[in-house]
Amino acid sequence: MNSTSKPIRVLLAKLGLDTHTIGITVIAHALRDAGMEVIFTGLKQTPEMVVSTAIQEDVDVVGISSLSAAHMRHVPKVLELLHQQGADDKLVVIGGVVPQADAQRLREMGVHEVFTMGAQTADVVNYIRQWITERDRSAARA
Amino acid sequence: MTAPSASATELASQLLAGNVAAGARAIRWLEDRDPRSEALLAAILPHCGRAHLVGITGPPGAGKSTLVDASIQYLRSSGTRVGVIAVDPSSPYTGGAVLGDRVRMQRHATDPGVFIRSMGTRGDLGGLAHATFDAMAVMDAMGYEVVVVETVGVGQDEVDIARLAHTTVVLSVPGLGDEVQAIKAGVLETGDLFVINKADRPETPALRRQLELMLHLRSMTAANGSWPPQLLETIAHTGQGVEALWASIAQHRQAITAAGSLAQRLGERCEDVFLQTLREEVARETVRMVQQLPGYPISAAAVRTRQCDPYSAAHALLDEYRRSRRSGFDKGAD
Repeated sequence: MNSTSKPIRVLLAKLGLDTHTIGITVIAHALRDAGMEVIFTGLKQTPEMVVSTAIQEDVDVVGISSLSAAHMRHVPKVLELLHQQGADDKLVVIGGVVPQADAQRLREMGVHEVFTMGAQTADVVNYIRQWITERDRSAARA
Repeated sequence: MTAPSASATELASQLLAGNVAAGARAIRWLEDRDPRSEALLAAILPHCGRAHLVGITGPPGAGKSTLVDASIQYLRSSGTRVGVIAVDPSSPYTGGAVLGDRVRMQRHATDPGVFIRSMGTRGDLGGLAHATFDAMAVMDAMGYEVVVVETVGVGQDEVDIARLAHTTVVLSVPGLGDEVQAIKAGVLETGDLFVINKADRPETPALRRQLELMLHLRSMTAANGSWPPQLLETIAHTGQGVEALWASIAQHRQAITAAGSLAQRLGERCEDVFLQTLREEVARETVRMVQQLPGYPISAAAVRTRQCDPYSAAHALLDEYRRSRRSGFDKGAD
C-alpha cells in the first residue's frame, strides 16, 4: 500500500427482494483483500439506484448478485440505464444462480461475465484485473 | 459522459455546469493523484467558497451515517442541494476497502440534488483521506450548498476534520462506557456542536452530565470563546432532533461569518494543504538524498546491530547531509 496506488473501484449490489447476502459478502471480502475498493449499497436496490450510484462513485466495475431468479427482470434494465446515461464504459458482472441459457442471453445483452455456483473468488478477482489491464492498455493506445 | 482522455479544462467546465459524472471522475483523478488533477484543481478553486462545509465525527456505531441520511432528508425538504463524502478505512495491508456508509443513505441515491461519494482513507490517518479536501472543493464548485464529510469512526484524534470544515459536529452515543474518555483527547477541544445520538437510551442523562462538565471546563480554558459549543440530542433513525441540529449549524455559520472567520477558512484550508504537501514532498525528497550519502549504509548497519541508537544516527546523518549541501553550493553545483 502506498499513496500512489490506484485501487480498482467496484460497486456491489443486490436488486429487488433478493435477501441472500452470503455470496455478496464473501465477494466483497475477496475483492477488498485483492486491494480493491468495494462500494456496498446494501439490499433492495432498483436499477435506477444502481446506475446512479455507479456514476456518483465513478466505479470501474458493477457487480450484481442474484439468487432469486429475478436477473432477467432487473439486469437488462441496469444495462439499458447505463447505456442511456453514458456509463457503459463499466465492466458488468453477475454472480449467483443463473441458468446457462439466461447467462448466454445476458452476455448477448452486454453483461461481460456471469459467475455461477462453483466459481472461485480468485477467478472473479483475476477476471476483473485482466479486464482493467486490457482497458487501460487500449486507452493508452488510443 | 466524460471520455477517459478528457482534459482538465474540459472536465472542469463540465463539473462546473453541474454534471455529476464529470464531478465523480474529477474526484477519482484527485484520489488517484492523476497528473491532470493539479490543473483541474486550479480550474475549480476560484469557484469554491459558497458551500457550507460540515464535518461529522464520532466513534464507530454512533450513528454517523444514519444522522447524515436524516440530515439529507431534512435539507432536501427545503430544496438545499447536498454533497456527502463518506470516508471509511482502507486496509493497511492490501489497500482494499469495503465502503459501506452509503447503505444507510441509498434512499437518496436517485435524487439529483444529492451527490454521495464513498472514499477509502488509502493510508492516511486522522479519519480522512488526502483527497477529502479536494473532493469537498469539487462538490463546492459544483454548487452543492451543503457538503457533509463523515469521517472514519476512530473517535480519538480526528481533529483533521476541524481544519477542513466550517462546522464540526461530534457525535456521542450513550452506553459505550468510557467513550467520553476516548473523545476528550482531541475532538472535544475542536468540536463546535456536540450531539448525543440514540438519545432514547436510558444512559443518556449520564452521558449528558459528563459532556456538560467537559464543555464547561473547556469554556473556562478556551482561548477564543466566540462560539460556546452546544450540546444537542438526536434520534437519527426517526429524524428526531435533526431540525434543531441544522438550526444550530446555521447559527454557527452566522456566528463565524459575523466574526469574519468564515471568509478566512477556505484560504487557511488551502494553506494547510499547501504546507502539508510541502512537508510530505520535502521529507520524501530529503530522505531519498540522505539515503545516497556514503554514511547511510554504515549508520543503518550500526542501528540494526544496536551499536548506535536511531536518534543519534539520524541526527549525525542529517549533519553529514547539511555539510554535503554546503560543499555542493561552494562548488556552484547542487
